[in-house]
Amino acid sequence: MSNKLKLITDGLVKNNPTFVLILGMCPTLATTTSAVNGLSMGLATLFVLVLSNIVISAIARFIPDKVHIPAYIVVIATFVTLVQFLMQAYTPAMYETLGLFIPLIVVNCIILGRAEAFASKNGVWDSALDGIGVGLGFTCSLTVLGAVREILGSGSIFGWNFLGGDGMLAFVMAPGAFLCLGYLMVLFNKFLKKD
Amino acid sequence: MAAQSNLKNMTLALGAVCLVCSALLGVAYAVTKAPIEKAAQAKTEASLSQVLPAFDAIEESTVAVEGEDVHYYKALSEGKVVGYAVEAGTIGFGGPLTLMVGVTPDGVVYNTSVLSHSETPGLGAKCATDTKFMQQWQGFNPGEKILSVKKDGGDVDAITASTITSRAYTRAVALAVAAAEAAAAGEAADAVSGASLPQTEEGGQDNE
Repeated sequence: MSNKLKLITDGLVKNNPTFVLILGMCPTLATTTSAVNGLSMGLATLFVLVLSNIVISAIARFIPDKVHIPAYIVVIATFVTLVQFLMQAYTPAMYETLGLFIPLIVVNCIILGRAEAFASKNGVWDSALDGIGVGLGFTCSLTVLGAVREILGSGSIFGWNFLGGDGMLAFVMAPGAFLCLGYLMVLFNKFLKKD
Repeated sequence: MAAQSNLKNMTLALGAVCLVCSALLGVAYAVTKAPIEKAAQAKTEASLSQVLPAFDAIEESTVAVEGEDVHYYKALSEGKVVGYAVEAGTIGFGGPLTLMVGVTPDGVVYNTSVLSHSETPGLGAKCATDTKFMQQWQGFNPGEKILSVKKDGGDVDAITASTITSRAYTRAVALAVAAAEAAAAGEAADAVSGASLPQTEEGGQDNE
């Protein structure tokens, strides 16, 4: 049983996609302008990751090796498009801020990476747990990164402005994204990843 | 473990995956089509009521400005034209910038609202949230003030560090004013007495 739990905690710490595996940097850097954006991008990715892991682990046996990447990409793209439709229909405000980046989930290395490295070789149940773990790791990282950038860059947190003015604009833009990501990576590896 | 990579297997596997996926997407599209349209319509209606004085009927139409067809809505109250809401699009810093601009029949801007933009968050994206920037458009009279940013010798206060966005916004408003004039001129025959405007100052519901 602890083995199953380990699948989830591994995704959060040891295999943390953002701070340890350093995968999926494009959405990480682009969407974390605020904590809410990071959180919703993380959740959308989590959703796609879990579903694609489940489906891919179920069909991997039937897919010939030579065409497994196109087949996985089709599966992933389908789930991403589903997320896009659902967001557009039921959370239009969120779709407006994230809409541009949702299609990018298809090419997020984390998802194809987990499909290749884990889901294609393991059972459905384990793959789902792995998806949840890595997805949660990605969500937490993006939320933390978004929160730090929002605090420094806009002087607010989750949209609540505590400064009564603007922060340091650079942190909302690309250079700040790289700076924050770098420092968070250092802190993460120093304190959390004890190997 | 995996099936053999011969032509038959590969074709079958990919074909099956694609078939199932497209069927799934087709269903999802059909299910979400109505809600998506409803969301888009609700957004248009919300922006219409934000940029126009109180109205009880709306007419959609297009007018040609500078060789391009511009989509606009004519707002009527008790049969009289109270304003035009023009969907004006330009190119901002990060991509297309589309505004809904309300113009009263005498050519004064009533209010503006951003329909879609892809400006830099924290900088140009403030064109949709910065109250100081947005409020200056309420009652902006292009007949008395110059429709360009202060840096270019006009009367529009640009957003700090976002001159390009502010210029694009200003250009869109200018386009909308021109479109409203063209629309009004097109029906000048039956809109001679367009002078009685309700001067309602409504509080902005500009933050979402």
